Amino acid sequence: MTTLNNWIDVCSQDDLVANSGVCALVNGEQVALFYLPEQEAVFAVGNYDPFGEANILSRGLIGSLGDALVVASPLYKQHFCLKTGRCLEEEGKSIKAWPARLNGTQVQLMPVKH
Amino acid sequence: MTTANKTTKLVVAGNGMVGHQFLQSLADSGQLDNFEVTVFCEESRLAYDRVHLSAYFSGSSAADLAMGDAELYRSWGLNVLTGEKVTAIDRSSKTVTTDKATSLSYDKLVLATGSYPFIPPVPGHDRDQCLVYRTIDDLEAIEATAQKSKVGVVIGGGLLGLEAAKALTDLGMETHVIEFAPRLMAVQLDNGGGAMLRQKIEALGVKVHTGKNTQLIEDGSECFHRMNFADGETLETDLILFSAGIRPRDELAKQCDLELGERGGIVINNQCQTSDPDIYAIGECALWNKQIFGLVAPGYQMAKVAVSNLTQGNDQFTGADMSTKLKLMGVDVASIGDAHGRTPGSRSYTFVDERDEIYKKIVVSEDGKILLGAILVGDAEEYGTLLQYMLNGIHLPEYPDSLILPNRGDDAQTGLGVAALPETAQICSCHDVSKGDVRASLDGGCCTLGDVKGVTKAATGCGGCAALLTDLVNHELEEMGVEVNRDLCEHFPYTRQDLYNLIRVEEIKSFDELLAKYGKGHGCEICKPTVGSILASCWNDYILTEKNVSLQDTNDTFMANMQKDGTYSVVPRVPGGEITPDKLIVLGQVAKKYNLYTKITGGQRVDLFGARLEELPLIWAELVDAGFETGHAYGKSLRTVKSCVGSTWCRYGVDDSVGLAIEIEDRYKGLRSPHKIKFAVSGCTRECAEAQSKDVGIIATENGWNLYVCGNGGMKPRHADLFATDLDKETLIKYIDRLLMFYIKTADRLQRTSVWMENLEGGLDYLRDVIINDTLGLAEELEQQMSHVVGTYECEWKKTLEDPEALKRFRHFVNADETDSNIVFIEERGQVRPATPEEKIQPEPIKMVS
Repeated sequence: MTTLNNWIDVCSQDDLVANSGVCALVNGEQVALFYLPEQEAVFAVGNYDPFGEANILSRGLIGSLGDALVVASPLYKQHFCLKTGRCLEEEGKSIKAWPARLNGTQVQLMPVKH
Repeated sequence: MTTANKTTKLVVAGNGMVGHQFLQSLADSGQLDNFEVTVFCEESRLAYDRVHLSAYFSGSSAADLAMGDAELYRSWGLNVLTGEKVTAIDRSSKTVTTDKATSLSYDKLVLATGSYPFIPPVPGHDRDQCLVYRTIDDLEAIEATAQKSKVGVVIGGGLLGLEAAKALTDLGMETHVIEFAPRLMAVQLDNGGGAMLRQKIEALGVKVHTGKNTQLIEDGSECFHRMNFADGETLETDLILFSAGIRPRDELAKQCDLELGERGGIVINNQCQTSDPDIYAIGECALWNKQIFGLVAPGYQMAKVAVSNLTQGNDQFTGADMSTKLKLMGVDVASIGDAHGRTPGSRSYTFVDERDEIYKKIVVSEDGKILLGAILVGDAEEYGTLLQYMLNGIHLPEYPDSLILPNRGDDAQTGLGVAALPETAQICSCHDVSKGDVRASLDGGCCTLGDVKGVTKAATGCGGCAALLTDLVNHELEEMGVEVNRDLCEHFPYTRQDLYNLIRVEEIKSFDELLAKYGKGHGCEICKPTVGSILASCWNDYILTEKNVSLQDTNDTFMANMQKDGTYSVVPRVPGGEITPDKLIVLGQVAKKYNLYTKITGGQRVDLFGARLEELPLIWAELVDAGFETGHAYGKSLRTVKSCVGSTWCRYGVDDSVGLAIEIEDRYKGLRSPHKIKFAVSGCTRECAEAQSKDVGIIATENGWNLYVCGNGGMKPRHADLFATDLDKETLIKYIDRLLMFYIKTADRLQRTSVWMENLEGGLDYLRDVIINDTLGLAEELEQQMSHVVGTYECEWKKTLEDPEALKRFRHFVNADETDSNIVFIEERGQVRPATPEEKIQPEPIKMVS
């Protein structure tokens, strides 16, 4: 994965929902953003669920399985790692993940080529 | 019009066991919509269980044996014609013609025509009272003839012949079995096994004659027939049953010039296609690699392979193991693999117990490491173990004979433990279920043998694997450990009931508080909604507060039901199913305005499908304006109280069922519980509201109301139990208050009332003690808790619409006004439906609706 350029603004912290997800449109791509206030962390992964073939991962429940922070698809409950996009049930169906952060009250994402 | 060019016209000739399995597999594939299916069933009855045909004479009815089900087939959208058979196939025009002169074109044709009993061309074979044994009609003929007969003969001492002999003895006849070969079950057994079987069967009163060649059947003097054998002997009998093997029903294939085997049978490839790739043949009519498979398991496999290939899969049929285990007249008989030791260099071990009449033989490879075959007569307990040794090539123990020698205690644990089986080991051959499949079903939530059978279908075919399956399930459950199994998830080492008590007793009000005190990690999609539900049951806080919202499944978060394409369906509450014309019009107007697909639900309300996330608040604003409340179709909570029209209108009505239904629905609406709860109220014993299939069912009597509890429909239907009779309304509601709260307090996650009650020690009686006799002294507390929930009800949608913060979540993108371009609808039957993936990528969609 190669870095294309620097952090870009996506939305404001107000748009996020604590311990849950929202969806943003970034360069024409649907990105699911998850906010964990306890860790002051934002995670960005693709919003498209490769199993259900629908744009809904931002509406999944987040949690942990072992050491991995994950989102569970609201359709068929497969788990995707919030940090890497790896699918825990089927490696071949992993999704994209982007570095993301809170910069003040700005939510920012690093566009990378996958 | 949009789908006409996409559906494949599929004609299925034959509805026997394999034909039925084909339809079942097609339904299981989820692709029925892509086919327009017509099934021709020659018999007047739909598919039934021929394997257990003899049970018909020991008490089972035709209905008990039935497998096909007209209602089920209808629900699958199949066009099934009974009493009609295909008589000709025109392959150039791709048309079939039937004996009722129906002419029908096909894109794909499946021949599942089965086989017919072979009748040796003995002079006199076509005399009256010469019968065969294959269909229920045959059984009826046998039964009728038996009434005027004393003596019966079965010609053929194979597997089916002995089954038929059992039928004749069950009918009270003096029964003879005539076999041409020198022993019984010549294909499956060796001389030793055949002799032991003969001994056991003769002890049951059946007379066995082996090495007999029937040459003539003529009028008898004592009985109706006299049979003359080549050795000069004769036998008088009233009834003759031919069971001398089967022959494939390949006449249709012959008529349309499909390739046949030298001795009959429709030649198929590994995809089960005949020489015409658009025509498939499966089951006993098909010839694969010069073999006909006269058992049901290989037929089922062929059915699945054909379905796979018709639905773009690529399963292959690569032969089948012909091992069998069965009970013949109460005698266990099994034959595995190379039972006759025909493999060069093979050696065998034999164990004979003449006192208990047991014969066992195993055939092992030259190096003694692999099991090649086995025969078991009189005791087939080791069948499962031996079969797994053979199928999986598992190395034999140092002394292979220990596998069949009696285990006389001490330390001799010789059988192959289920733990040693590989994941791929096939447990059930009828339904092709592996050890891995069984384990997956247990991981997926099955807790009992019954659950596993329901989910995997293992042991529901011939039943030969039942013992093995039981061992496996027990072993796996033990491995999992009951304690581990009851933990909610990896974050909480507690059951749902434990968590409920902790939350109640310690007055815990949030997930974080509970996790900090009693859990670890960050929670997951199992514990979060469970705790969210318990918090709602206990404190009835608004589910979308900041601390609660992240606990809810998407359905609860957005108070609608997510569908496969990411859109939602909306179900407003219609208490008791009573709705004014004006409200009905509003539903129609809203559906029309937002282009929603509408369907009437089983709970007497209207479901509106295809709402985008951002449309939900707009839709609900209009619904709330018109006086609707949320229907909680998305929640584990009270769904509906169904009712019949009751005494207000109905000539037979005894009491006002609609009135009571509305009152009850209003009382319990919004109540969060371990699983969904459904109610119904019927106004008389005609039970038009189907109250006995509900968690709580109420039926009016002349003296009040009868209360039924813990029933359900769905995957595993259960009739509700009568709990109390002739109650006045006040008592009725008191009992329901207590019952529901007790359920919420003590049930496991996603446990419906039926399973909950069955798992209570003491079951229904115990429940009556707690609810009616108040043996636990809980009644008042339960009523108070319910009263709190009832008193704090508010419509979640109404509240959400008043809360700008909550409404912020109802947009697809937080940073753009666009909508999700992946949601595409197609028009069908005048309404929208989600486009399939293929339709979405078509350059010019047939008819898209925005």
